[in-house]
Amino acid sequence: MSEQNKYASEEQLRFAKVMGAGVKLGFVMLVVSFALYMTGVLQPLVPVDQVSHYWGLSAAEYAKATGTPTGWAWVKDIAKGDMLNYVGIVVLASASIASSLAILPLFARQGEKAHLIISILLILVLLVSASNILH
Amino acid sequence: MMSLTNVLSGRRALIPLLLLLICVNVPALAATGAPAAASTMPWWAWPLMLFVVCFFLGIVAVPAGVGGGVLFVPIVGGFFPFNLDFVRGGGLMVALASALAASPGLLRLGLASLRLALPLSLLVAISQIIGAMIGLLLPAAIAQTSLGVIILGIVFLMLTAKKADVPGIQKADPLSAALRINGLFHDTAHNKDIEWLVHRTPQALLTFVFIGVLAGMFGLGAGWANVPTLNLLMGVPLKVAAGSSSLILSMTSSAAWVYINQGAILPIIVVPSIIGMMMGAMIGVRLLKVVKASVIRKMVIAMLLFAGVRALLKGLGIWM
Repeated sequence: MSEQNKYASEEQLRFAKVMGAGVKLGFVMLVVSFALYMTGVLQPLVPVDQVSHYWGLSAAEYAKATGTPTGWAWVKDIAKGDMLNYVGIVVLASASIASSLAILPLFARQGEKAHLIISILLILVLLVSASNILH
Repeated sequence: MMSLTNVLSGRRALIPLLLLLICVNVPALAATGAPAAASTMPWWAWPLMLFVVCFFLGIVAVPAGVGGGVLFVPIVGGFFPFNLDFVRGGGLMVALASALAASPGLLRLGLASLRLALPLSLLVAISQIIGAMIGLLLPAAIAQTSLGVIILGIVFLMLTAKKADVPGIQKADPLSAALRINGLFHDTAHNKDIEWLVHRTPQALLTFVFIGVLAGMFGLGAGWANVPTLNLLMGVPLKVAAGSSSLILSMTSSAAWVYINQGAILPIIVVPSIIGMMMGAMIGVRLLKVVKASVIRKMVIAMLLFAGVRALLKGLGIWM
């Protein structure tokens, strides 16, 4: 059955559904991981009482001074309280990629070549920025 | 006519925020520059105050019709001891999270248009990457000074920009016609459905490239520029322009990715900010029913003016 209403097309509703799910997942992960970080249940890479000594530094200087990984290198330290927070952040930042992927089959089926190409290009741009290859 | 009670209740809502900013600013003054010279306050006081400040920013952002990022960056950048890299990264994440929370509902109601947002988002996503990379290379003083100038420009834009609720474009331009950028929404004020078309799409695409660079460079979000461009340049009805602006913000996480990958997103700054802003926004929606949006908007303009002057003077080394 086609999900469509008078004000929103099928692809618009599918985009909203996937984005909504991503947002809920991201927020829950963010709250849970931050609680684990602040309560000390998971030991952080940089102790919470030490972060304030470095947050006046630039991002590059902070990474160097604290040994915090940049790019996707945080994944190998995912069990650390501070690094775990990046999971929720990444889920939120990826929500639009997942939503755009979800509408590709609809644009393809409708023969909407222009929007199909624009959506693919948007996904590629976001993936390139996420990949850190521009660094 | 606006009642005195409404004005006073709106002002009362902002008093705690202003007092907090003054309290925050005293130790923050000593914290600029060398990290070792950080304030004597316990470390946990900063994320706690950040949460409280963002909670109040969330309250005023909704009725004022601005995104969280444009308030977050100048205020947190001016009054907290964090390096501007982390403030801009936080601003982008706050703007992204706020837009993500609002967009699904707006899309379902037809108050945001996917077909309108897609081509614009593609250009904004590309230009944001360029802006973010430039922003992270800028020396702190230049970034602060430029931020002050931009914020004061936004204040000018907010004071002077006109609005057209339903511009009523009669003929679509060839590009928007080819992309089928049009829609239908329900205008609750007049209780009727309104169809809309757009024009001047090529000019708007160019404008969005410029907006994307600025947004990426300063982590401001871009609602302040998106809405006038969509509404006044393209002729999108105001409500759909505001909703589609939110959708564009939620679809363009490219600058946020650059900041994440460069290590400019600190969980201890970003997470309390996002949670505070989201909780405040829920109150802000209710505040909209009791206080006139125009009153809040004027207060937000005053806050931005103060924060813009502060950023400019901090950048110039006059008010450290």
